[in-house]
Amino acid sequence: MSKPENSHRIDYDPQPRRPAWGVRTPLRKSLSSREPLLVAPPPALVAIALAPGPDAPARPTVVPGQRLLCGEPIAEPAEPGLPRVHASISGLVTHVGPQRVAGLEVAVPCVVIQGSGDDERWTGYAPDPDAAGRPARELRDRIAEAGIIGLGGALFPTARKLAMGAGAPVLLLNGAECEPYVSCDDLLMRERADVVVAGARLLLAALGARRCVIAVKTNMPEARIALYNALQAAADPRVLLSVVTAKYPAGGERQLIELVLGREVPAGGHPSDAGVVCQNVATAAAVADFFQRGQPFISRIVTVTGGGVSQPRNIEARIGTPVADLITLAGGYQAEPRRLIMGGPMMGIALKSDELPITGATNCLIAATAADLDAPGSASIGPEMPCIRCGDCIEACPASLLPLELLTAARTGNLHELESLGVTECIECGACDYVCPSHIPLTRHFIAGKIAVQATAGAPGVAGRTRVDEAG
Amino acid sequence: MRFDTSPPPQWRSPATVGGIMRTVLYALVPALVAHVWFFGIGILLNTAIALATGLATEAACLRLAGKPAATYLSDGSALVTAILFAFCLPPLCPWWITAIGMVFAIAVAKHAYGGLGYNLFNPAMAGFVLVLVSFPDALHFWPAPDIGDLDYARPGVATTLQYCLTGALPDGITVDAIARATTLDSTKDGLALMRTMDEIRANPVFGDFGGAGWEWIGNFIAMGGFALLVLGVIRWHTPAGVLGGLLGMATLAWLFDSNLHPSPGFHLFSGGTMLGAFFIATDPVSSPTTARGRLIYGGGIGVLTYLIRTFGSYPDGIAFAVLLMNLAAPLIDRWTRPRVYGRPA
Repeated sequence: MSKPENSHRIDYDPQPRRPAWGVRTPLRKSLSSREPLLVAPPPALVAIALAPGPDAPARPTVVPGQRLLCGEPIAEPAEPGLPRVHASISGLVTHVGPQRVAGLEVAVPCVVIQGSGDDERWTGYAPDPDAAGRPARELRDRIAEAGIIGLGGALFPTARKLAMGAGAPVLLLNGAECEPYVSCDDLLMRERADVVVAGARLLLAALGARRCVIAVKTNMPEARIALYNALQAAADPRVLLSVVTAKYPAGGERQLIELVLGREVPAGGHPSDAGVVCQNVATAAAVADFFQRGQPFISRIVTVTGGGVSQPRNIEARIGTPVADLITLAGGYQAEPRRLIMGGPMMGIALKSDELPITGATNCLIAATAADLDAPGSASIGPEMPCIRCGDCIEACPASLLPLELLTAARTGNLHELESLGVTECIECGACDYVCPSHIPLTRHFIAGKIAVQATAGAPGVAGRTRVDEAG
Repeated sequence: MRFDTSPPPQWRSPATVGGIMRTVLYALVPALVAHVWFFGIGILLNTAIALATGLATEAACLRLAGKPAATYLSDGSALVTAILFAFCLPPLCPWWITAIGMVFAIAVAKHAYGGLGYNLFNPAMAGFVLVLVSFPDALHFWPAPDIGDLDYARPGVATTLQYCLTGALPDGITVDAIARATTLDSTKDGLALMRTMDEIRANPVFGDFGGAGWEWIGNFIAMGGFALLVLGVIRWHTPAGVLGGLLGMATLAWLFDSNLHPSPGFHLFSGGTMLGAFFIATDPVSSPTTARGRLIYGGGIGVLTYLIRTFGSYPDGIAFAVLLMNLAAPLIDRWTRPRVYGRPA
């Protein structure tokens, strides 16, 4: 095969990284990934959470009755370095106050906007084609201004994560979407690989890192080729491509760092302690959108899938769009869905209602029918049995924990044993639950155990909100 | 539209305890057929008696413990115990011996310790060892396998039934006319009489490696074991440990003096080696759970089996070796805890 003479050789590692841990589940990503990306028209109403993540409370700067343009700031962060919040549609503010949003158990402050339908844009942010040459600190401040948060699910403020990891030599871009059904990052990389690569270079500049590795999965050939071509065009020797086996939870932040870079994040530490900062590919694309087009963070790609919708697909949706609007864009309900799951089937949260607005964490909505839940065995299959010590949970655990021993310690309330067995290192991925032939809700026990251990240790509680795709 | 909710994960793998147990049962079918081929219908009678007493004992224990009987009776664990126990018994075996062993296995070894998942000892082995030490004569009464070239007729269906029900043979048939020393027995006795292995192996009960007929049953058990490995029901560590430990010891001794020590192949295809390695030592409840732990545990069973076969007063040692290593399993689990991700070693 001959190459064009000026072609840049991309440092591409075609050898897939195979984890010893993890589980193989049915993937069902092609259910939604066959359709091209649909850009949703601005919805009639949005409710935008002002506290998209627990770490980013923002104060509203608008009042009911005020007219807004799409992209106009609506809330300022409580402290510098945290993200600003922007109107995702143009229209009239009808309400400012606490409201329920998808995926959070408590009501959070929201701004509700009645759409005007014209989608007129606010032009307060000018495109900045020379951004990659600016100082890292300035770039991070602008990323906070753009309202960008980690789109892998954790919603951690991107600028803050970059500041914490400043000086780390490696940027790891997480495109290894490992939850079944979810294909939003896959579609993004297929259709907008150039934007992802541009975002990677901007993040490198904002971090002062030397090298960036983009990790995709073996079951994403189109995304891999698109990224390869985009890297070829960008000719940036700092950016590499790496492939990991399609095993769950290979897309977990710590797991991906271990797989791709062979480094381990110390317990209680951050990835930067291992010289790495991990960001989701969608976060990188949001950064590129801001600097290239002056568009703040107002939308994300959502996979709308499951046997319960008639046309499963990926939709670029404005933040705050009601779930029901996205279901309609995916052809509406069919075949009596039994659950409405936000996220994947492994860590996803079952929503009570489709009237809830989406947040930046809404990567996927599954209208799950009995077939979606039952085919591999639904959560309701059979009664819970005693542990038969088969050890499958040990093989599945990505943190080298002994879930069956943790279970005994959790049931007997032995906090010392829980701690020494490493309950605080549990990433709550649910892999042990998935494989358990006795159908023991292990992860639920461990979340409770983590909370108890952290309460006695006086450490800040983080249980219950670790996310597998927390990168970015 | 409103929906019901449930905590994650929202789905599970299709694995169930009952599914695992049923797969183990299916994997034993080829060996069961081979057993019938070589030894007659005895094992079927023993299995039926073991199943009936096992399930009845299980039901009684569940009722006493206040556990849902339907759920636990259908988990298949008592069935696995029953068939493994039946595989250990001689094909001609009085019914009360089978029943006593099964009642002990289920009521004491399993339920007195807390039932499914909590037993310290492998129930089938506990039951077998109880009857082995209580009824030594009956348990040593092994007819020869039907391999065609021996000068005797295999006990028929009627004889087997009568012996099973009454513990007595029909008039005119004596135990001595039917019983043949097993290869392990004749090796042990022969070596004690200062015979060499070559002289001992002249006995027609010997096959290519182990006992004639026995080694075929061993083959089918190993095939069932491989099926379990491929299906992911068991992991390779325990069988590799058992076979490695036994082969390692046997090879060393055999290389030292092949006239005084039977060959490694003999150890592999005699007695309960294959059943022990693939179906008994791999019982998850009573064995360690980590990969390293299972290698050590299996290795211990292999080495102990060799030592008991060679120096003990019983011809085979698998059952004792398994029970001894059952005792060590919790300790091995402690020793072999893997390093937690992100924590220092």
